[in-house]
Amino acid sequence: MTQVKNLPPNVKETDLTNLLKQMWQIRFFEEKVDEFFAKGMIHGTTHLAVGQEASAVGAIAVLEDRDKITSTHRGHGHCIAKGAEVNRMMAELFGRTTGYCKGKGGSMHIADVDKGNLGANGIVGGGFAIATGAALTSKMKNEGFVVLCFFGDGASNEGSFHEAINLASIWKLPVVFICENNQYGMSGPVKEMMNVEDVAKRAEAYGIPGAVVDGNNIFDVMNGVGQAVDRARNGEGPSIVEAKTYRWKGHSKSDAKKYRTREEEQEWRAKDPIRHLRDVMIAEGLLTEEAADEIKAAAKKEIEDSVEFSKASPMPTIDDLMEDIYA
Amino acid sequence: MRELTYLEAVREAMSQEMRQNEDVFILGEDIGVYGGAFGVTRNMIEEFGPERIRNTPISEAAISGTAVGAALTGMRPILELQFSDFITIAMDNMVNQAAKIRYMYGGKGKVPMVLRTPAGSGTGAAAQHSQSLEAWMTHVPGLKVVQPSTAYDAKGLLKAAMDDDNPVIFYEHKLCYKTSSEVPEELYSIPLGKADIKREGKDVTIVATAIMVHKSLEAAEALEKEGISAEVIDPRTLVPLDTDTIIQSVKKTSRLVVVHEAVKRGGFGGEIASTIAESEAFDYLDAPIKRLGGKAVPIPYNPELEKSAIPSVNEIVAAVKETLNR
Repeated sequence: MTQVKNLPPNVKETDLTNLLKQMWQIRFFEEKVDEFFAKGMIHGTTHLAVGQEASAVGAIAVLEDRDKITSTHRGHGHCIAKGAEVNRMMAELFGRTTGYCKGKGGSMHIADVDKGNLGANGIVGGGFAIATGAALTSKMKNEGFVVLCFFGDGASNEGSFHEAINLASIWKLPVVFICENNQYGMSGPVKEMMNVEDVAKRAEAYGIPGAVVDGNNIFDVMNGVGQAVDRARNGEGPSIVEAKTYRWKGHSKSDAKKYRTREEEQEWRAKDPIRHLRDVMIAEGLLTEEAADEIKAAAKKEIEDSVEFSKASPMPTIDDLMEDIYA
Repeated sequence: MRELTYLEAVREAMSQEMRQNEDVFILGEDIGVYGGAFGVTRNMIEEFGPERIRNTPISEAAISGTAVGAALTGMRPILELQFSDFITIAMDNMVNQAAKIRYMYGGKGKVPMVLRTPAGSGTGAAAQHSQSLEAWMTHVPGLKVVQPSTAYDAKGLLKAAMDDDNPVIFYEHKLCYKTSSEVPEELYSIPLGKADIKREGKDVTIVATAIMVHKSLEAAEALEKEGISAEVIDPRTLVPLDTDTIIQSVKKTSRLVVVHEAVKRGGFGGEIASTIAESEAFDYLDAPIKRLGGKAVPIPYNPELEKSAIPSVNEIVAAVKETLNR
């Protein structure tokens, strides 16, 4: 397997096992949420990232614990990759008090500030400047942490993209802007919404590096983001890394996906990022078929358990309504 | 005691706070060597340097969001917006991010930032540089809104705003900048949510904000010559609002006139009037509550038109007499 030669030198066999497990956790979490939405057991809306597991897990894999992320409305994967407990995530979607936001945030607002997850965001492009501000803290307090700002191809057409990246670049802030280009901003295909093929090319306008990586190949993601993170940590400023990938599901639960073809979907499903990591590990002798199946089964059980945990968790009471508006 | 202008009081509060708290810094457009659009940060860069008096590009959306991100991770930023009209460009970060983060994260995280910005008309800057949009911000749970009218209040309220762990919008009226009052040398705090009775009176209560406090005091003096005793209350902070002081005053005087420069329609005066209408003070009213506010018009350039778009001293006098003659 040629991909392994791109393996970042600091990644150990055990790390890869954990990364494979995280990818399965994301996959099963998303599938379970999809199922419960269909059954009306979870309300509101949600945005699933099935098929995009490698960009979330690969990008966060090269971070240190102290590093921070900002996430998007399609953020369950980033959250899990940053070390969130799936019990508390699922409980949040069930609106329970044991959820990360005590049932007040829901799918689009899960955050774990103490662990460096500065939050998902319901506003497209809402994370750019927040990530820039967190990176400013790192620089002003000399804390050495790097901020990873996830965004989608659609968000790169928001004004906040330009303003925040321009600011981060003139101040040389330790932030990496990682675009998960899943080909569509809701129903809008990239090629109809922007006049350049790569979001990463826009980096040129800010005098910073822009790299395109295969978003379904976790090693490629780790390599590209790893270089950008090193650069940020060395005080050389921000970068844009664009991971080309695809969301298997619709934009949100109400999406009939009329804007794309079954053939296109099949083409991308064949490039399953989880399958890719598993196959590489087995081919390289890092994993047996049996061990791979065990990892998958363990991840599945954790998600099943999270459902039980959520169902058993208490609902908020009316007394909780007016709490936590102000610090 | 020495006197300071309102502008100097704001600057002194920030300088003294920055000397004792390294987490406080200012960001905004042209605040460095230039000293800010109105000169509030003049010479501060010499003492604190460009890291803490942080000149930004013309990017209100980015600098407001940067303040949110910095506040969320341990800094205490002060954001200067050159004109309060530009809050429209910073609106997403104030309304959807800063105001919501703590609640939607289930009480985790906090956003201790102050957005300072000059508001109001009277400088001939016309429609896009003269608005009073404070009512918008009071509508959003999670934000606090401050509107000082005097130099003394400005210094003490800004200290409280800087100490607050929540996002605070601090409106500075452009015409207040040159007004002066006695201001203590030491740093002191005026709690947010404590109104000030600027003048005691017994016949009518006038609740006024920002520059209208000064106009109402002028009106009160004119009324006094006619034997009418007006009490003038400055809420100083709209969120939180000191309803008790206003209710007690109305119970005493039985009459209420509310005055603000912002457009009357949908303005904060409606909130104050409703608060009284819903309170025990309603039974004490001897006349309908009177609201005076700006006309529903973009602020025009022509000086006479500009003046006529907002309440005048004469109109306040007339409004008071009208309530007394009911």
